[in-house]
Amino acid sequence: MRLSGAEILIKSLEAEKVDTIFGYPGGQVLPIYDALYDADIRHILCRHEQGAAHAADGYARATGRPGVCLATSGPGATNLVTGIANAYMDSVPLVAITGQVPQNLLGRDSFQEADITGITLPITKHSYLVRDLSELAGVVKEAFYIATTGRPGPVLIDIPKDVSASVDEYEAPGEINLPGYKPVLEADPRQVMEAAKAIAESERPVIYAGGGVVISGAHEELLRLAELLAAPVATTLMGLGGFPGDHPLSLGMLGMHGTKYANFAVCECDLLIAVGARFDDRVTGKLETFAPGAKVIHIDIDPAEIGKNVQVDIPIVGDVKRVLKQLMDIIQPRLGEAWREKIQTWKKEYPVNFCDTGKLKPQAVIRDIYRLTGGNARITTDVGQHQMWTAQYYTFTKPRSFISSGGLGTMGFGMPAAIGVQVGCPDDTVFNIAGDGSIQMNIQELCTAVNYELPINVAIMDNGYLGMVRQWQELFYKRRYSQTELLNPDFVKLAEAYGAEGIRVTKRSEVAPALEQAIRSSKPVMLDFMVEREENVMPMVPPGESLNNMLG
Amino acid sequence: MTHTLTVLVENTPGVLARVAGLFSRRGFNIDSLAVGRSEDPGISRMTIVVEGDDRILEQVTKQLHKLIDVIKITDVTRDEFVDRELVMIKVNTESSTRAEIMQLVDIFRARIVDVGPKSLTIEVTGYESKINAFENSLRPFGIMEMVRTGKVAMLRGFKSTTINDNQKKED
Repeated sequence: MRLSGAEILIKSLEAEKVDTIFGYPGGQVLPIYDALYDADIRHILCRHEQGAAHAADGYARATGRPGVCLATSGPGATNLVTGIANAYMDSVPLVAITGQVPQNLLGRDSFQEADITGITLPITKHSYLVRDLSELAGVVKEAFYIATTGRPGPVLIDIPKDVSASVDEYEAPGEINLPGYKPVLEADPRQVMEAAKAIAESERPVIYAGGGVVISGAHEELLRLAELLAAPVATTLMGLGGFPGDHPLSLGMLGMHGTKYANFAVCECDLLIAVGARFDDRVTGKLETFAPGAKVIHIDIDPAEIGKNVQVDIPIVGDVKRVLKQLMDIIQPRLGEAWREKIQTWKKEYPVNFCDTGKLKPQAVIRDIYRLTGGNARITTDVGQHQMWTAQYYTFTKPRSFISSGGLGTMGFGMPAAIGVQVGCPDDTVFNIAGDGSIQMNIQELCTAVNYELPINVAIMDNGYLGMVRQWQELFYKRRYSQTELLNPDFVKLAEAYGAEGIRVTKRSEVAPALEQAIRSSKPVMLDFMVEREENVMPMVPPGESLNNMLG
Repeated sequence: MTHTLTVLVENTPGVLARVAGLFSRRGFNIDSLAVGRSEDPGISRMTIVVEGDDRILEQVTKQLHKLIDVIKITDVTRDEFVDRELVMIKVNTESSTRAEIMQLVDIFRARIVDVGPKSLTIEVTGYESKINAFENSLRPFGIMEMVRTGKVAMLRGFKSTTINDNQKKED
């Protein structure tokens, strides 16, 4: 069968069961868009390539299937860069396809030429520049395999226009042969045995669960392990939803804006079981005093994460789900009454709370979103105060329900991610909890939501500041609010201009009716909550301090 | 401590950029790097000399392993090995110094590969300290230009750093 490169690409994507692509057309992807015209794959036209990359990312995080984004060469490709870096930092399976100038123009600073494989080298798991049509089908197959296996991550495929336009005999790709890529899934039984021994000897274990639990689908195993050991579970931002937040053993989030009881528990534990987490500086605070008296077991699929930031006593390389199963086969249940009581005391003494003055507080709004969605919504966030309040006040109980930019901390992630989530999970209620700063970084995607009738809800915690930066300026820079006060557009009018619904909320009493109206609406809704302006995220571990040294 | 790593990589375009880029962005220093085709035309063998303690070396190795194109890494410094470097030196020559330089060439078992009216181009191979000593002894005459290939290394005896060797161990 003779097919063009673009047709082979589509055929290869179909073979990978791709049902949706988020993209933006342009000169060097014209042949691909021409082939898409007849294809069964749904294409979501975003309004900016960055939006396409984040939407594909959100789609992947919500569904567990790889997200696919498509952009043209040069500026199209460079606009994907933040989205690719974001997916890389949070280990999201993303396949980014870019057009490239024809090979006879490559390397000549041609119109809309950018060395995108070079630019994305440090932020992709792997990348390809397809030099010959005969490679294309195999490259696509490999790219999906690499993106979705082991520690997932973004893979970029750069396709020069002459490759996508040329026609050749199509041959189905053969078996994947990657001698340099063999992820270890099953743990070394000796290491598992060591871990079991350490667990049996411990009196005050804490499980520190990260995004790896969600990615690996190990939430059930984690729950069983925690109950078996009566061990409390602190999750990272990425781990939220990997363990039910309403479970008695849940400590909520640990780290800079974690709960006091999570941070106290980590400081006083004698065994820290890190599961699919990477000891990020926002989690550990001052490294020297992180879990000072604890033996550390580190379970991760990526060997390079083990020993990167902290010394580990028992490293276990493998897929979290499998390793937890292996571990549970050989451990004994324990009671740990004293430790459990101590944790309960901390939980009672230092609850997550805010000073409820009856005014419109962002924390109260988020609690209401939790209440009115029954905790069943998929929540995306941008980055900043509202993100931390969401982590603290929306109790996540299910994996893949909290979708947020963790590692890279990308403002502008939330709305396009919500679009991807809604496309992947059409029956779910989707909320993007945003800040008035963040929302403006990809606000053009509201048009995408309207265009495809995606009933996402955007809840802006509008305080007229870049709130998190303002908070740091208040605490560490003598309240010198340098460039953090924002003049904002009228978000309600803006929403209406895009063809969405806009609702402004200024009083506590208006919150629930507004949320109910938004949830009922079949249109995208933008809710502008005019919240208390100088509210701070508390508790807080000042940067570089120990976890037990918390403000608030 | 200095470690010499032998790294087998897929012979693909961009593989050198991937490896070199990884070192710079993770803050690891490369002392030298030599790369060329191995006994298998699809696979290149890199010899990378890195400075660092065991912790740094462990991170370097693990991060290198994450590159899809990297097939195998061997730290030959952990075993008996030989290493060599080829250097070419162009040195100023006067009629009065020519004989002395040629004597040094003999002593160091170097070779003269080109003769000019006022210069000699000398090739020398060997381990690092020998090359350094040779360079120092030529310095007083005036070194016009020097080029070094970077170290290449191989395990001694029957042991090797090939892919098959790895499989034997796994069996």
